[in-house]
Amino acid sequence: MLKGRNLIDPSDLSMEEIDEIMGLTREIVNNPKEFAHVCDGMLLGSLFYEPSTRTRLSFEAAMLRLGGKVVGFSEPGSSSVQKGESLNDTLRTVGAYTDIIVMRHPKEGAPKLGADLCPVPLINAGDGGHQHPTQTLTDLYTILESKGSLDNLVLGFCGDLQFGRTVHSLIKAMSRYKNVKFVLISPVELEVPEYIKTEILDKNEVEYIEVERLEDVIDTLDILYMTRVQKERFFNEVDYIRLKDSYILDLKKLEKAKKDLAILHPLPRVNEIKVEVDSDPRAKYFKQVKNGMFVRMALIAKLLGVK
Amino acid sequence: MILKITTINKGIVIDHIQAGKGLKLFHFLKLDEADFTVALIMNASSKKLGRKDIIKIEDVIDLDLTMIGFLDPNMTVNIIEDDKIIEKIKLTLPEKLEGILSCKNPRCITRDERDAVHKFVLLDKEKGIYKCEYCDHIYS
Repeated sequence: MLKGRNLIDPSDLSMEEIDEIMGLTREIVNNPKEFAHVCDGMLLGSLFYEPSTRTRLSFEAAMLRLGGKVVGFSEPGSSSVQKGESLNDTLRTVGAYTDIIVMRHPKEGAPKLGADLCPVPLINAGDGGHQHPTQTLTDLYTILESKGSLDNLVLGFCGDLQFGRTVHSLIKAMSRYKNVKFVLISPVELEVPEYIKTEILDKNEVEYIEVERLEDVIDTLDILYMTRVQKERFFNEVDYIRLKDSYILDLKKLEKAKKDLAILHPLPRVNEIKVEVDSDPRAKYFKQVKNGMFVRMALIAKLLGVK
Repeated sequence: MILKITTINKGIVIDHIQAGKGLKLFHFLKLDEADFTVALIMNASSKKLGRKDIIKIEDVIDLDLTMIGFLDPNMTVNIIEDDKIIEKIKLTLPEKLEGILSCKNPRCITRDERDAVHKFVLLDKEKGIYKCEYCDHIYS
């Protein structure tokens, strides 16, 4: 039962509940008109304590497409936060006016702290470098849509695997599915944190390998999840020059890849996927962006208990 | 009146406190604010530890000691009534810590939000590893 619940961490959801959300997302994608009024008369509180274009607009579009309305702020400067109001007081106040709240906060753990006293369902839209559960749901739906299943897949994660919260959340979520293998492609400096290896991969006996070059493994992948590698994350210039091209996806590298590979990226991208790849049928990242809105529609409808 | 620090007939004796940690524990248990008789013995000789600290609390046996295992799980706690040890409490690392540790992650919400209680949950009993309930930062 998802009605009245919060979504703070991707692991708040059981696999059955994820299936439920995926199923409703599919229904909405296939027949959006049927859902155009399910949230009539309902209000979403949209509290963005730091700037976000994609996530904020996708949540607001999701609520509007369900027939609901949106109130809130897109930067704390225009709210009572500026006057020194505590997070809990803000959430209790906004919760008194609205039916559901979505919050992005720069501080890690803010939604968990706020959820204790928030009178309406609270959705975490990203808390610092910590969690971003609706991006994970979006990624899961895009994988499911592309491959028809979340089992029996080889997933490659490429780029900055140390600081990417979307990577950590997706590894955590996918580790629960059957016969899933991970290929972790990054410079040594930007490998996934140790706790992901010990607490998630080793504990769940999930098979994984770590490599430095995308070219060496691209032919083995069913899913390729690209992330941005920033020059300043490298410890030295020599390694950056040696490896930088390895983390840029172009059509030449894709020649070796499977014909049914699905390429995902949480966006925004800078230069890690060449524009020439956009027209390749394997590029799913703009589909993924649109899926984000549909997944959020399904989530809002479930937490409000209207579907 | 001479303070009895050798034996007590009713109360609590916290023994085998690592030498030097007794005063910290004394403050942690707010014994400096107590209106009952308490004694802190520092640097007592010990076969097991060489030197140890001991705390003796007279006439009181209902102190909440659940959190002190975090300070040193090797301490021993004896509850005494009628001059006899009626219970030896085995200390373990508590599953949850509230308001004892502060999260060291500068990006954690508990560092900024006033009135936020720092909460930690035990992740690994053997290694004594805790994680912040809010940001998952590890404390060991």
